[in-house]
Amino acid sequence: MERSRLIQAMEDILGPEGVIHEREQLRTYECDGLMNYRVIPDLVVLPVNAEQVQKIVRLCYDEGIPYVARGSGTGLSGGALPVESGVLIVMSRMKRILEVDLENERVVVEPGVINLWVSQEVADEGYYYAPDPASQLVSSIGGNLAENSGGVHCLKYGFTTNHVTGAEVVLPDGSVAHLGGGKAPDEPGYDLLGAFVGSEGTLGIATSITLRVLRKPEAVRTLLAAFKDTEEAGDAVSGIIGGGIVPAAIEMMDRLCLEAVEVAVSPGFPDAGAVLIVELDGPEAEVENQFERTMKICEDSNASEIRVAEDDAERALFWKGRKAAFAAMGRVSNDYYVQDSVVPRTELGAVLKRISDLGEEYGMRVANVFHAGDGNLHPLVLYDGEVEGEAEKAEKLAGDIVFACLEHGGSLTGEHGIGEDKKKYMPKMFTEEDLDTMQLLRCAFDPHYLCNPGKMFPTPRLCGERPGPFRMHPVQKAGLAELF
Amino acid sequence: METRNVSPEKLREIVGADHVRESTAADAVDGVEPAFVVEPGSVEEASEVMKVAGEEGLAVVPRGGGSKMGLGNPPRELDLIVSTARMNQILEYVPQDQVVRVQAGIKLEDLQETLSESNQMVALDPPETGATVGGVVATNASGPRRYARGTVRDLIIGIRVVLADGTVAKAGGKVVKNVAGYDLAKLFTGSLGTLGLIVEANFRLHPLQEASRTVAVEVESPQAAFEAVRAVKKSQVEPTAVELRYSEDRKLVVVLVESIPGGIDAKEEMVSFLLKPSGRVRTLSDEEAGRERSSLSHAGEDATVVRISAPPAELVGVMESVLGAAERRGLGHPEITGHAATGVTYVTLSGGETGTLDDFAGEVREIWVRRGGTVVLERAPVELKRRAGVWGPPADSIGLTRRVKEKFDPRGILSPGRFIGGI
Ligand SMILES: Cc1cc2nc3c(=O)[nH]c(=O)nc-3n(C[C@H](O)[C@H](O)[C@H](O)COP(=O)(O)OP(=O)(O)OC[C@H]3O[C@@H](n4cnc5c(N)ncnc54)[C@H](O)[C@@H]3O)c2cc1C
Repeated sequence: MERSRLIQAMEDILGPEGVIHEREQLRTYECDGLMNYRVIPDLVVLPVNAEQVQKIVRLCYDEGIPYVARGSGTGLSGGALPVESGVLIVMSRMKRILEVDLENERVVVEPGVINLWVSQEVADEGYYYAPDPASQLVSSIGGNLAENSGGVHCLKYGFTTNHVTGAEVVLPDGSVAHLGGGKAPDEPGYDLLGAFVGSEGTLGIATSITLRVLRKPEAVRTLLAAFKDTEEAGDAVSGIIGGGIVPAAIEMMDRLCLEAVEVAVSPGFPDAGAVLIVELDGPEAEVENQFERTMKICEDSNASEIRVAEDDAERALFWKGRKAAFAAMGRVSNDYYVQDSVVPRTELGAVLKRISDLGEEYGMRVANVFHAGDGNLHPLVLYDGEVEGEAEKAEKLAGDIVFACLEHGGSLTGEHGIGEDKKKYMPKMFTEEDLDTMQLLRCAFDPHYLCNPGKMFPTPRLCGERPGPFRMHPVQKAGLAELF
Repeated sequence: METRNVSPEKLREIVGADHVRESTAADAVDGVEPAFVVEPGSVEEASEVMKVAGEEGLAVVPRGGGSKMGLGNPPRELDLIVSTARMNQILEYVPQDQVVRVQAGIKLEDLQETLSESNQMVALDPPETGATVGGVVATNASGPRRYARGTVRDLIIGIRVVLADGTVAKAGGKVVKNVAGYDLAKLFTGSLGTLGLIVEANFRLHPLQEASRTVAVEVESPQAAFEAVRAVKKSQVEPTAVELRYSEDRKLVVVLVESIPGGIDAKEEMVSFLLKPSGRVRTLSDEEAGRERSSLSHAGEDATVVRISAPPAELVGVMESVLGAAERRGLGHPEITGHAATGVTYVTLSGGETGTLDDFAGEVREIWVRRGGTVVLERAPVELKRRAGVWGPPADSIGLTRRVKEKFDPRGILSPGRFIGGI
């Protein structure tokens, strides 16, 4: 299909205000939160309802045009990176909260709804939506669902996947299916919803999402403890979790990270080799008791200082420091490269040591801020993109960190997703059989390989019987290639 | 229904002569008898067995502890039962990581016993005894604790399966937080042996709580039961389980709270206070509490158990529709149990003509499917299953469901006919 005809067809579906085709405007969408990958899409479309999404997808299906869904574009693995000669479907105009049903503890939203809006919507009634990525002010529920996003509180409360109970989905052939029921539990059949959540936009486009909201806890207690180094802080983490306490959150920051945060938002954190923020929530009596035990464990692990948040303002200050960590890196380094590997908790000490050794080997600085409770590291490799070769070196170091985590029994990614960024590492974690088996699922959903193609998997097989590396769909190649 | 001429020689070569045996009546699945029962001792053996089955087109039904073989439609055909009984080891367990990796054939209770030595558990408590981990995953079995901890999908973090052609594949991993690749562990949860043979599963664990109390309130009506459930649910007491036990002579809402020794009294008091408006409240003895925790009745083998999933706030409607439908058909007062705060209700009917039970199931199904729920014959005589269908009308995702099945098991040899939509 010629580009001008495609634009016309999209305008017929969406009206002129729903189609962006000027090159300068298209540039706005060339990358997501991972800015080292950029592709300018041929066309951006902005549907306002499921029917429009369905028509767009059907058109793409009929014409063999690849497409990518985009929420708020904050993803950190290039999931919403446009594909060449493809359409970018931006969901941000679908931002209505469709239903609030607190008797059944559920809220139904359109995918463009921002994470924080959900909690705000039900706060007065004493409820909240648990998954709280640090990007919750801007990231969309559709993006959260696609990435199975986590947050600081997912240690106790689980991830997005544990809080999504249903989704209306436009499948890659343009049909609509309701996955997971949403109203009642335990829908019999394959857990297609479970497979869809975390599929990084490769299995279809969610057009309405049912979320579980929780009753707010009665009490919340937060402390900040300073340690000589990450090892002692790590001992405290082991002590707390090993003692049968399930905190709502345990976060760790190392010295370099603390320095950056101090420059950026001045939370007044102690001058220390490592700081832990521990938050407990639940029924009052239980929390009080466990909080005392937690303080004792921190003391026994040689904490040099323990601060207890006396009120919501102080708690907010602790979290402000933590949540600013990524952004703060900009204050101590021109550029940084963030990884998201996970290791079993007992391997944390060994892996942190290895990361620090690797940093020395490469002569590069690595800051650490992470979800210590579940072993999800965010090593930030600092570099200067202006210096020839530094970016490549940083990426190589980050890769070595990932391999170290895998060697210690971990995973490539805890919450940011594979996307464009880490797909090359997938064969390090999974065998060819594992990856081919995942493709079976892909082929059931997206037989023509048009839905966010090229992400997540290195070289997926085509959906026919015949094995062999993926090749671009011929229509795909021919269709829109003459554009720019 | 005819079975193929299965030659056991190849199978014996793979697993050893001792681990292939001819079937007996006890191996029949809903009255359909296989030719052989095969017990592979390793993933490799399981893979070889499936390869043979795949090449020869043998219909296979996987079996774990055999405690829930009654779930599902009668198989269209059946040549082999592949039992995971010999694959019953804990493969990796580092208590401080709160994660365990096990072979699918380990019995859940055996696993729990080992974990309890480190004060941990897989937070799954289905009522069946003798169930294996693989069976629990394949049937998506759950128990009272699901209110606080969720179901298999919330606890499983990795899986290894053998597909219909013998391919061995894994997904997930052994860390609690992990988004690399598609979440096939969830896809296989509840798949009832129709996508592949589950050979390993990894779970996140929870600490055992040091103290627990079980508080019950005697209620007089569905409305009172609902009020009791609602009061607890709307509070901030964070119970572990909220259960319903409602038969002709015993009508209770039972709340399990767990905590540390220093926190348990406050929780118990709060729950008692919340339940008081609904009826007489008492804290159960440990023995009584243990009995109440098993959610399925101990009704006889031939009982029919219907599982209704409905929006939790519709509890009164569910109970009344069941009581009304049973009474109108002279089925007496059925035993209603359930994980009341989650919307899962079980109805146990002892006896009754097939036609009557079919009518009953049909009426209840008609109501709850229309209101966004599902009605499944969790356990039923074969005749009733054939007549009423086990799963009820499939959702609009059935086309996709079929495509998934076709991709994973193109020849349709795995548990043929047992699943939703005749899959
Ligand atoms: C400062 C910062 C902090 C962050 N902190 C966290 C954190 O704490 N935890 C965490 O997990 N992540 C975090 N992230 C990453 C990011 O915010 C999350 O991945 C988020 O879920 C992405 O949402 P989005 O709306 O921006 O999605 P996008 O980036 O627009 O898209 C992400 C993926 O979702 C797909 N997608 C979008 N909408 C749909 C839809 N409707 N249907 C199907 N697929 C869809 C896209 O195709 C893409 O693959 C952070 C990012 C930043 C920039």
